[in-house]
Amino acid sequence: MTGPALCVEHLSTHFFTRQGVVKAVEDVSFSVGPGKILGLVGESGSGKSMTGYSIMGLVDPPGRVVAGRILLGGRDLRTLAPEAMRNIRGNRVAMIFQDPMMTLNPVLRVDTQMVEAIQAHAGVSRAAALERARGALERVGIPAPAERLKAYPHQFSGGMRQRVAIAIALLNQPDLIIADEPTTALDVTIQGQILFEMQKLARESGTALIWITHDLSVIASLADEICVMYAGRIVERGSVDPVLDAPLHPYTHGLIASVPSRNRRGAPLRQIPGMTPSLLDLAPGCAFRERCPRADGACAQDPALSSPVAGRLVRCFHPLAESTIA
Amino acid sequence: MSALPAPLLELRGVSKRFVGALDTAARLANLFGADAREEIVHAVDRVDLAVQAGEVVGLVGESGCGKSTLARLAVGLLEPSGGIRLWRGEAIAQLPAEKQRAIQLRIQMIFQDPYASLNPRMRVADIVGEAPVVHGLIDAREREEYVAQMLARVGLDASLARRFPHQFSGGQRARIGIARALAVKPDFLVCDEAVAALDVSIQAQVLNLFIKLREEFKLSYLFISHDLGVVQHVSDRVVIMYLGRVVEAAATEDIYARPNHPYTQALLAEVPRMDVRGKRFVSIKGEIPSPLAPPPGCHFHPRCPHAMPRCRIEQPVLREIAPLQFSACHLNDTD
Repeated sequence: MTGPALCVEHLSTHFFTRQGVVKAVEDVSFSVGPGKILGLVGESGSGKSMTGYSIMGLVDPPGRVVAGRILLGGRDLRTLAPEAMRNIRGNRVAMIFQDPMMTLNPVLRVDTQMVEAIQAHAGVSRAAALERARGALERVGIPAPAERLKAYPHQFSGGMRQRVAIAIALLNQPDLIIADEPTTALDVTIQGQILFEMQKLARESGTALIWITHDLSVIASLADEICVMYAGRIVERGSVDPVLDAPLHPYTHGLIASVPSRNRRGAPLRQIPGMTPSLLDLAPGCAFRERCPRADGACAQDPALSSPVAGRLVRCFHPLAESTIA
Repeated sequence: MSALPAPLLELRGVSKRFVGALDTAARLANLFGADAREEIVHAVDRVDLAVQAGEVVGLVGESGCGKSTLARLAVGLLEPSGGIRLWRGEAIAQLPAEKQRAIQLRIQMIFQDPYASLNPRMRVADIVGEAPVVHGLIDAREREEYVAQMLARVGLDASLARRFPHQFSGGQRARIGIARALAVKPDFLVCDEAVAALDVSIQAQVLNLFIKLREEFKLSYLFISHDLGVVQHVSDRVVIMYLGRVVEAAATEDIYARPNHPYTQALLAEVPRMDVRGKRFVSIKGEIPSPLAPPPGCHFHPRCPHAMPRCRIEQPVLREIAPLQFSACHLNDTD
């Protein structure tokens, strides 16, 4: 396998508001290989979606990507002119949003929108573009794709709409798809169908996938690697199995223990006290220390990412050893 | 089930139909011979549901299956189109108005959206304290202390009582909603997706609160969620709905260990779980049909891998297939 499809190095995105600087994304690094699925997990406000927007170049003022490199196939997207970036967006990198109506224009038919997305990046005839659009709808499991092309977005159900959004992301066979909570609003059986399509897609076409979600169980069944974000930073990174079986960061551990599971029915869930801190003028030091059972004086300093176990990274002065995990 | 005392709340053969009345244009068209019909949605179709005192019943289903309508029927926010609602064995609608109101107070609801269900212009002290004063449970002079007590019970500081809802986080708002419901000393809480809008770590806090309150006040819950993990965690018994009908009902252990109805089986197979890695998703086909035109016979037959000709014609009835496990599927008749 060649190099990673996407390599993000020390990415920081800040918002310069009247009240102060909000460090929505701070020193985030990861990479994802072709055909691999990276899960980006965190709670609301952890910066996971903003990481996705930063890669896509979709951060609006007062926000700005202030540092770092975003290497797509060796090219730094941050150095590209807006025109060049436009050629990449929707072509080499595509994004799927939680609400498919953010992607779809409600007053245009699906075929119009799909043909437009193809012709913006490739000089093909309308007939060829339509054929490709039909193929994309077929791939995501939409029945009778030729007829459905002529429908408007409101004529689709929620699950079908999300499939159309995925089909649009697939149109130009991108190297990377960023999926931002695409199944959160969907029912369990429909979510299962979408996950099935995405899994097949990554396996078959070698597209790299960044899956942004708050749902650890989805990541567990889907992803190869996992990044846990808290207050704008990656606090833990590694392969799915070791991270979920033996988390190193107290936050990851707390998060996993918070999920209701079948063997502890009715027993109190292990809860993380308190709530996520405001990112506005966040004090230096570990952002999790107020909620952390292991915090001490050392945590007033910023912890760096370290690798106590080979192949894994954790941002903590007092990572959990494998023996301490209950 | 005869050995059990009369359930705290029982819905017997309850239905709810929503009728989309014809507009003027359609009525005019009918005068000229067009055949426009009123649209009827059977949101809830002859459902039996009983919750014993102290019991937590989980209600699971996908969007559009009628679980929220059923919740509103249980609370009394909607009048059933058919069937009866009983409180401790007495049909509520038959009772004198005063008694009805007293019973109504014992049944409270906790809503899904902690943002939309609190009046943004009212202070927490009023949100929580208004109802008990109005209903004469406490004296107006005791209100402040009472509100402080209620807030303490749900883990909020009494000093927050002067604040408005927008000054709280989602988890705190969920707690305010719970305090409001508890303030009138109910026996029965209907929780409609009460934790769906919360982050995982906050959701755990609120679920723990539900479990604690249940023990403290001997509450019964009808706990509605699309999240099978959450329902499994809190419920004694689980009821599965599909397109307005109950397809399976059983004790939590039984339903998760031995799901009988093909829909329940599919639902459980689809749930991503933390202990299942690199799962290959194989999806059940299709989507929930529109409740405007439900398929005949068993509603699930177009998506069911085991559908037989009979399923297209005859509606299966809910019957006991194992002790206290009920399922509505023709497959149980064949072998």
